[in-house]
Amino acid sequence: MVCIGAGPAGLAAAIEAARAGVEVTVFDENALPGGQLFKQIHKFFGSKEHRAKERGFSIGRSLLEEAESLGVEVVLEAVVLGLYEGKVLNVMVRDRVEPVYAQKILIATGASENMIPFPGWTLPGVIGAGAAQTMANLHGVKPGERLLMVGSGNVGVVVAYQMLQAGCRVEAVIDAAPEIGGYGVHAAKVARQGVPFMMSHTIKKALGTDRVEAAVLIRLDEKWRPVPGTEQTLEVDTICLAVGLNPTTALARMAGCRMTYVPALGGNVPAHDRNQETSVPGLYVAGDVSGIEEASSAIVEGRLAGLAAARSLGYLEEADFRAKQSENIKAMSGLRSGPFGDKRREGKEAMLTALEG
Amino acid sequence: MSETLATRGYLTEAEVLAGPGAPSPKRRAKGKVACIECLQKIPCNPCETGCKFGAITVGEDITNLPRLDGDKCTGCMSCLPICPGQAIFIIDESMGDGRAEVSLPYEFRPLPQEGDEVTALDRSGAELGPARVAKVRQTKNMDQTAMVTLNLAQDWSMKARSFRLK
Repeated sequence: MVCIGAGPAGLAAAIEAARAGVEVTVFDENALPGGQLFKQIHKFFGSKEHRAKERGFSIGRSLLEEAESLGVEVVLEAVVLGLYEGKVLNVMVRDRVEPVYAQKILIATGASENMIPFPGWTLPGVIGAGAAQTMANLHGVKPGERLLMVGSGNVGVVVAYQMLQAGCRVEAVIDAAPEIGGYGVHAAKVARQGVPFMMSHTIKKALGTDRVEAAVLIRLDEKWRPVPGTEQTLEVDTICLAVGLNPTTALARMAGCRMTYVPALGGNVPAHDRNQETSVPGLYVAGDVSGIEEASSAIVEGRLAGLAAARSLGYLEEADFRAKQSENIKAMSGLRSGPFGDKRREGKEAMLTALEG
Repeated sequence: MSETLATRGYLTEAEVLAGPGAPSPKRRAKGKVACIECLQKIPCNPCETGCKFGAITVGEDITNLPRLDGDKCTGCMSCLPICPGQAIFIIDESMGDGRAEVSLPYEFRPLPQEGDEVTALDRSGAELGPARVAKVRQTKNMDQTAMVTLNLAQDWSMKARSFRLK
């Protein structure tokens, strides 16, 4: 089995499959494994089986150790260039490209950040929330002194808090939506440090010659139209965009996976069944590429895919497989409930209907 | 749903007091007790599994709101650094001298020193006034979430949820 991506989904799948006896190789284009986990310095939600109250980076570290102890080979700086018929992939490791054949393939390529264009958006100082995390949490570099966070989803509120921890002033968190998108407890940590939340506001432009010097904000009415005369200027040197994620589906599309459009999952996703298997037999997807969620559910999806791949290769007895599968399905239903999880569960159900219908 | 939480990012004191995680005024007067400020159904239950005394109940559905049993809560503080949402505070109104103590999770560095004079902030980050750092706790088990205990005017015991170093 080959897993493409050494984030939470790819590693979890590799662990389950390798534990059953499958020979697993994980390719990741980055120099370090773990996907986005090593940037996550906050404690995770969930329950004991989701490793709640552990910080993201330590979950990443233990997934990696577990995979390695089971004999999983993790190849870094390995870019999967293409995925062809017959489960052949082309992998570029540094300056060498070679074809690799696998009986089972998991695509766990994650997601990329959405950006919103506005005048001045190419100025140095306009960055994605992921870049802010990379700078502050991986490299110990403060992205700026005075920061504006655009977007109040979980990424926006979590990263706003991390920027406060890094010693930045967060001048405001704004969102075009009328209500904060992220968890209230995350927002509350930011609010009680005195950071104002400005809902129904968007960025009109960034000002500055060689770099960002200020941001001009404008209020939106109930139909999301800018209200003339409500502009205000915030002096900031950094504008951080946290305006959603988009599944990285290029390889799935290249492999001919049937795609389906599910807004609740972040757009076009490869349709997949309860085992995370796509319309191409033996080709699985897990984590954000199969629909934008978070790391805890990516781990569970990865496990489901790893178990299914092992079962289908004959490495797991049916009873053993069923027991482990239902354990994971139960763990997932805990994550996909409540007002936040409901939408994602409904999205996954809509996708299943599309696949089966 | 709380309008201030949805639009400004924080709960009001009245909402916290009316919620299932708040201790009664009578219980607060008796001494240390947890105050759980978690009023949105998110999938999370480490507070329940972390309480040795069975004082916090979430239940089978982990999106249920945590419910505090003030009679069972001993104010041991072990739930405080466990909560991934930093939404649990420990309140002590037993001083009887017009003062109270509020213990809160703290993940900024440097840590304050015991005896420091700081400015207490409310849930919106607005200044309440002076407070003294009575205790700073940091153990390996707390995994970098320090616990800072503020001594402040009793009127602020259900208002002060953060502070600013001077």
